[in-house]
Formats: sequence, C-alpha cells, structure tokens
Amino acid sequence: MNPDTLFTGARILGAGVDLVGDLLVLDGRIADFGPALGRPDGAETVDARDLVLCPGLVDMRAALGEPGFEYRETIESAALAAAAGGITTLAALPDTNPVIDDPALVHLLRTRGEETGSLTILPYGAVTRGCKGEELAEIGLLREAGAIAFTDGGKAVASTRLMRLALSYARGFDARIVQHPEDPSLAAGGCATESEQATRLGLPGIPAAAEAILVARDLRLVQLTGGSIHFAHVSTAEALALIRQAKDRGLAVTCDTAPPYFDLNETAIGNFRTYSKLSPPLRKEADRQAVAAALADGTIDAVASDHQPRDADDKRLPFALASPGGCGLATLLGVTLAQVHNGALALPAAIELLTVRPAALLGTDAGRIAKGAVADLCLFAPDRIWQVTAGALPGKAQNTPFDGRPLEGVVLGTWKRGRRVFG
Amino acid sequence: MISRNDGKTYDTPDHFHCPTRRRSSTGAPPSPVDAHRGLLQRSRVFYRQKHLLAIEGLEPPEISHLLDLAESYVLLNRSGKTQRDLLRGRTLINLFFEDSTRTRTSFELAGKRLGADVINMSVSTSSVNKGETLIDTATTLNAMHCDLLVVRHDQSGAPNLLSKIVDAAVINAGDGTHEHPTQALLDALTIKRHKGRIGGLTVAICGDITHSRVARSNIHLLTTMGNSVRVVGPPTLMPAEVADLGVAVFHDMAAGLAGADIVMMLRLQRERMARGLVPSAREYFRFYGLDHQKLALAKPDALVMHPGPMNRGVEIDSAVADDPQRSLIREQVEMGVAVRMAVLDTLSRGPGNEP
Repeated sequence: MNPDTLFTGARILGAGVDLVGDLLVLDGRIADFGPALGRPDGAETVDARDLVLCPGLVDMRAALGEPGFEYRETIESAALAAAAGGITTLAALPDTNPVIDDPALVHLLRTRGEETGSLTILPYGAVTRGCKGEELAEIGLLREAGAIAFTDGGKAVASTRLMRLALSYARGFDARIVQHPEDPSLAAGGCATESEQATRLGLPGIPAAAEAILVARDLRLVQLTGGSIHFAHVSTAEALALIRQAKDRGLAVTCDTAPPYFDLNETAIGNFRTYSKLSPPLRKEADRQAVAAALADGTIDAVASDHQPRDADDKRLPFALASPGGCGLATLLGVTLAQVHNGALALPAAIELLTVRPAALLGTDAGRIAKGAVADLCLFAPDRIWQVTAGALPGKAQNTPFDGRPLEGVVLGTWKRGRRVFG
Repeated sequence: MISRNDGKTYDTPDHFHCPTRRRSSTGAPPSPVDAHRGLLQRSRVFYRQKHLLAIEGLEPPEISHLLDLAESYVLLNRSGKTQRDLLRGRTLINLFFEDSTRTRTSFELAGKRLGADVINMSVSTSSVNKGETLIDTATTLNAMHCDLLVVRHDQSGAPNLLSKIVDAAVINAGDGTHEHPTQALLDALTIKRHKGRIGGLTVAICGDITHSRVARSNIHLLTTMGNSVRVVGPPTLMPAEVADLGVAVFHDMAAGLAGADIVMMLRLQRERMARGLVPSAREYFRFYGLDHQKLALAKPDALVMHPGPMNRGVEIDSAVADDPQRSLIREQVEMGVAVRMAVLDTLSRGPGNEP
C-alpha cells in the first residue's frame, strides 16, 4: 500500500489545468486538487511552494539497451535515469537485439517495465521483420500484444513500395507508422550535416534535404493509403514546412523532435566531438531556429528524449566510425525548459509537449492531471540551476551531447502510482 | 604586412620571411648555420601549438616561422652541415594506419637527419576493430614515452583523438579527407623558393577537392598567407559550401587557370569513378586533366605542382609532369624533408615538449 500524499502550494500544471494549490494522492490515484485541501490522517505532506507539479513525463522515443546491448544500458539503469528525469512512461524503440518483431518480446518489455516499479514501458513494434526493411512484421499480432506503434527505429523504411504497404496494412489495426525521416541512399556514409563545417572537418556529409525528401514521399503515401504517419526527431526547416502544409490539408500526420535539435547546432561537433554525433545529425543554426519555432506554433506534437545509450568504446573513435546517438533521459525536461526561460514557449505548452500530447499520440491516458487519474507525477523547481556533466548523470549511459551545459529546472521528485520513485 | 582574408593584418618584420637574406652588421649575409641558429632560438616564440594537427587555425607568423626554418634546412642539407644532434635522445614514432611509403620515408629521413631515434609502425586498418586499435596503440605508445608521434590515418580527426590521449607532440601526416598540414607547408616552401614570396599569388587547385586533405590544408595555408585561391573541378567533386573557405569556385578549367601563377593538380582515385562521381577517366582527362594546351591558359611563367602519387593520363599528362621548365613535382619531394625537419624541430621545443 502506497502512502497517501498531499502536495501543498504547488503550481499544478497539466492538460487544461494551471493553478496554485494542493493536490491529494490517495491509493495511487489523484483524489483531488484545488486551491486549498484539508490534510487527511496519515497522509505525507510535500511542501511544494514555488515548485511545479506536473504529470510524470511521457517520453515517446527512447532506446533501451535491453535486449542485446546491456553494456550500454539496462532497463533497470534506464528506469533510474528516467525517474531522475521525471519520466514515468516511456515508449521503447524496437531496434534491439533481437528486434521487437515478436509478440512475446512485446509482453516481455511491458513486464520488465512493471518490474521496475517506476516506469511504464510502452513497446514499439518493428515495421519490418528484423528492422531489415524487406518484409512486413506481424503488425496485427504485435498490436494485439500491446505494441503502441510501429517503427524501424533509427532506420527509415527505404522501399517506397514497402512503406506504402506498411501504411496501408497498419491502417486496418488502427496503428501508426513512425518513420525515421532520412533518405537512406542520400545519407549513406555521411556522419554530419553537409555544410561548410563538414567540409572543413573533412567529414562526409548528409544533406538536410535527405529529411525533406523522405517526408515528402511519405506524405504522398499517406494520401495514397489513408494511413497515418508520425515523423520522429524532425530536425530541418524544410521538413517542418512540409509537415505544416500537410496538417493544414488535414492529413493524418504528426511529428516530434528531441532537445538536441532545438538546443544545439552543428557547431557542437567542432573538433570532432563524437558525443554530439547524432542521427539525424545536428543541423545548421537556421534549422535549429525553425525547430524551436515549430515547437511554439504547434507543428511539432511532442518532445521526446531520443535517448540512445552508448558507452565510451562506441564513442572514443574517429568521428565517422563513432556510433551516433546521445543519452537524453535526465536532460529532457531541463533542455525543454530552456525554451521557456528564453521566452519562446509558455511553461504550460512546454509541459504539454512532454506529457499529454505524446500520451495522446501513443494512445495512453497517462500524462494528465485529473481526479481519478493515476498519480504519475513530477515535481520540479523551474528556476533552480544545475550543470550537465557526462560521467555524473543518473543511469548507465553518459553520452550526453549537452556535457557542460548549464540548465535551469531541477527535478526534485518523481512519483509512480503515488509512490515516490525519485528524490 | 600580411593581409588575411579575415581582414586582419599582421606585422611581419623582414627577417620573418627571408632569414637567409638578412644582412649582418658587416653587410654580408649570415652563414646558413648562423641563420639557422637564430631561427631555432625563436621557435618557441613564434610557434605556440603543442601539436601540428591542422593548418586551419595557424596564424601567419606560425606558418612563416615553419617555412623560414624549413628553408634554412634546405640550405643546410645541401651544404651538408645539418646538425645531427638536435633531436638526440628523442624518440619519433611514425604511426601509419594507411600505406604511404613517400610520406613515411620523408618523416623518417627528417627525424634521422636530426638525430632522433625513429621507429616505424604500420598498423593494418583492415582488422575489424580499427578504433580499438587506435586507442590501444596510442596507450601503448604513451607508455613508451615517445616524444614525437607522426600519424597517418584514413579517418578524419584520428590525430585529434590521439592528441587527447598521448603525451607526445602529435603531427598529422594526413587524416582522411581532413588535412595534410606538412604537405601544404612543403608546397608553400616550394612556391616561395620559385616565386620569391608566399603571398599575393593566384593559385588554382584542380581536381577532386571533396576527397582531398591536401586541398584543404593548401586552401587554409594559402588564404591565410594572403593569396587568391581558386578551386577547379566538376561539381560532383566539390565539397559543400567550399566557397565559404575563402576560395573562388570554377567548373571550367580554362576560366579557372586563366592568370594563375601556380597550378596544383590533385590525384583522382579510381574508386571515385566506381562510385559514379565521374563517368570515366577519359572524360575526366578531357575536361580536367592538365596538358600543355590547358596550361597555356595560365600565366606564361605558371608552375605546376602535384602532391603525388600521380595518375598519369588521368589528372595530368606526362609531358607536363616531366617538363623541367614548368613542373615542380620533383622539388616538392626535396622540400618535404626540410619542412618535416622544421616541424619536428619546432614541436620538440614547443610548450610542454621541452627536452
């Protein structure tokens, strides 16, 4: 039995909720919230004056090291990092080893999440068997087992014909296809955004257009099939413009981005910094600004951590050989709040991008402040300062592209079903 | 004074550029040995880096110093008066992850002429774990207390990575498609000896710019020293936004060579054709290969350079390559040893590398 908890004096933020007051958790659920609540017998009190209490964050895109890459991250270590980052629900990418293309593996991931006690894991299923891009995975069976959407993770479904089939077939199971939007043949061999900087460093480039080209193709396929698509970690102005137009036309399209794409630009890889080698690669400043603007204007539906754990051996290599990806669980909130502190985004909008909006995309009722809702909560000090330090982050993966970045916004406590799991 | 493309100007006293022409108080030019000794004393003042990883970022005085010192080594080498004990007791390791007999031999000779203990290590990159080999090898070398580490690698940035791990001064002997700083320095020295200056010239760099570390280092050096630099080649062999490096871009050889003082040809690797960047060798030679006909479009006294090894009949016609009036290709090799002696010598006196 979890203890009952009364949060007092917090700024309570959730979908449609923005007030200063108290919030009462009874039996793992939100019993009540409002300007001033009485304290029931036996309830613990958390003094939350000057703090923000919001739903536990819903991270719609993260790679877990399990199964297959336990040297990078385990579910246990990812759960620790997630709790420290205020994340209580996480959608796990399927490009593990083995690939999540079998219903039993979907069950396994869900169960392993329950075992952590602090993190709900919502597994993605693979679009194609083995994420190889050759034949469709058993989308129906995977969906039945609890796969929340379908993606080949860090790989785009390259074949136009196969993508058409996936969009079309998944429609029958009310399932969304999540695409890594990058034309594979244009991106082949590249490791940085094609630009003056890549030219100076002598690194093979990936043109920004590789993203727009695949987005344009897939939008046309959505029109053809009536399917629905979600573009992950969108990073360029051109792709965002295409998505914005498609939304205006009423197509079933959504997208997310990740903190590096609105907080960093390509200069972060200067002097061959492999921790800033990501996929898609960090872009030019104009693209970064366009991503930040798309957060504010609603084109982007969610901010995901795009957590990609890597260990030192994956990264201590010449730049082109280093494995792309950055860890992001612990920094998801802080870097997103930077957009609030610089005035680009209102705090409630930022919280919605991290909670209710991704939850809605994933079809889960997490991410809300409502009477009777499960008490997954995150308590943070929005103005308190900390500095990101690779090597001192919670969890196993330390490959942050934000090493040294000062951030405002410290998670002080995380609750899962009313039980404190962090802080 | 030297003007850079960034608009800054640098005071450059006379002795900077032409140490061997400086007059002593008696009016007679100083002997090569005296001039050289004077330069050595100034090494630590003018060259401030611990390593030589790239030309990009070097200031004109640093480049000038290396060239002056190299020039003094040319004279000493020719007069047979090289001091063979400057690097006595120092260890130089040539760590080559990519085959290159020419560059390795040049560094080896440079080290031996200065009296260093020279060890050559060739590491195959065909092994599965290239990266592990790099880090592990570096750790091993560090334990051996080597003083100067010359690195050639097929990956851009590999020497930068090594420089963070080892204590030795690291010299980039060519990394991927990034830089090849000693090649640019030897090219500059060759130009300076023939044109009397390394500034105010028009230099056309022709061919596969995208995959050329020689092109990048030369672009940085020549623009830093106030030359007008052009790159000439098909659009498929031009890296993105190359004009932002301060060069003029030409796709037509005739326009690109017009009025050039120096024509630098780059090697075109056969694999570029396999990857479809160029349709065929004969088409490439027709439009971008240097023969006497195309060379006639440059200045009448224009000189031809090539970092080697040449693909005769692909990027350069043998008649041009072997023309003693126009081709500096053989002299580039001689300058290579002198430049590398200057670099080894300077770095061994640099911050953190003192004997």
